[in-house]
Amino acid sequence: MASLISCPHCGTRPKEEFYIRGDATPVRPGPLADDEAWHDYVHVRANPRGRIHEHWHHTAGCRRWLVVERDNFTHEVFAVTDAAAQKEGAA
Amino acid sequence: MRYSAFSILKQAFAGNLGWKPAWREPQPKPHYDVIIVGGGGHGLATAYYLAKEFGIRNVAVVEKGYLGSGNVGRNTTIVRSNYMLPGNEPFYELSLKLWEGLERELNYNVMFSQRGVINLYHNDGQRDRYVRRGNAMMMEGVAAELLDRETLKKMMPFLNFDHARFPIMGGLLQRRAGTARHDAVAWGFARGADRLGVDLIQNCEVTGIRRENGIVTGVETTKGFIGCNKLALAAAGNSSRVGEMAGLKLPIETHVLQAFVTEGLKPCLDHVVTYGAGHFYISQSDKGGLVFGAELDGYSSYAQRGNLATVEHVMEEGVAMISGLSRVRVLRAWGGVMDMSMDGSPIIDRTPVENLYLNCGWCYGGFKATPASGFCFAHLIAKEESHHVARALRLDRFQRGFPIDELGAGTQPNLH
Repeated sequence: MASLISCPHCGTRPKEEFYIRGDATPVRPGPLADDEAWHDYVHVRANPRGRIHEHWHHTAGCRRWLVVERDNFTHEVFAVTDAAAQKEGAA
Repeated sequence: MRYSAFSILKQAFAGNLGWKPAWREPQPKPHYDVIIVGGGGHGLATAYYLAKEFGIRNVAVVEKGYLGSGNVGRNTTIVRSNYMLPGNEPFYELSLKLWEGLERELNYNVMFSQRGVINLYHNDGQRDRYVRRGNAMMMEGVAAELLDRETLKKMMPFLNFDHARFPIMGGLLQRRAGTARHDAVAWGFARGADRLGVDLIQNCEVTGIRRENGIVTGVETTKGFIGCNKLALAAAGNSSRVGEMAGLKLPIETHVLQAFVTEGLKPCLDHVVTYGAGHFYISQSDKGGLVFGAELDGYSSYAQRGNLATVEHVMEEGVAMISGLSRVRVLRAWGGVMDMSMDGSPIIDRTPVENLYLNCGWCYGGFKATPASGFCFAHLIAKEESHHVARALRLDRFQRGFPIDELGAGTQPNLH
């Protein structure tokens, strides 16, 4: 795991300031979605080896939710973006 | 070659030149009845019981590295059956019963030592929870004892009983639990399976699963295509990657767990002890080193190495429990990759692909389950139905709303 993370708001910070929530790829289904969609969202994971997107919380910094793109085998970090910014970008 | 006191004596007089390799190194045949992917404890145990109990001997185990190169050689060797939930406890108890006869069964010394596992409690609420778990165990016919502080003080005077924040009030003891020599378990099952005709194919990575009309016909490997009637996956840590080759998406995330061993000490720790205020567990190996570990690092990782922040956390927990640990030097630390399931319990089941069978999701409790996992998986493969103690360990239990969440942590794989 990289020791330093470049927070888009706070600059380069030690990774101990962050809490890692987990996979950022599942998208919460709408309230009327069927059980299958909820099962996929709650339980099923692609779990690839290599580049992944993860939700990180900068708990001891700006307290923003971030999306960190990193390699879960080499631990290289490629990009850190604000989760809200990424959502707007995707929409 | 059967191992015995006589064979040791005989070899000693012959200069120990007559020992044979414990298993063959065969080239893959074009076709097998059953191929097992993963030459770890569970894969090898499955092969052994398939051949021994269910009469299926045309079996291959394919392993990408060497036998036992994954988590069976990287764990903290604890064997116990002190679970609470009905879906788990009978399964782990079957496992413990198999452990108790394993050395005779395999003609191999796995150094199984029933030294007892003690879970410490630090407050009233935790004691009540342990009483409940002990009662749940006894309802399944498994002995459990609640120890009070005075008894525990006599047994283990070196514990930090008067810690300001987490004083030790007592513990839950399972006397039949203990430890085993982890590598020997893999080797014993490998030797046993090999002697029954199972081909153990090492350095042979599965690169694809070939399917025709929705049915698995074999695996593509680095040693070429190998055909099979039934394919069984026991590739914990990498289950998602192997499953994906057959189009499966699993309720699993891969996480790293670290373990540690200290320099060798004289015998000082007679049991396995776990810290109730954290998740620290420790025992002393027969070589004298203290073997210990704690929680996951907490993030997705396929790397067999962990993070220093977790190392620090583990050491702090250890020293909070046994102050004297601070004077002991750590010799080695290592990491293993775990199949973390969404409820903390494993999966032994068929898959939506008709002749594909799945054994995965062991989180970081797979070692103790090795014999029962192999037995129940072999039962499933041979008889096409779950063994009665493994009936709850289904792949679709999440969808149906029947998770087996021992800790009550919810669908957070990094919290189990």
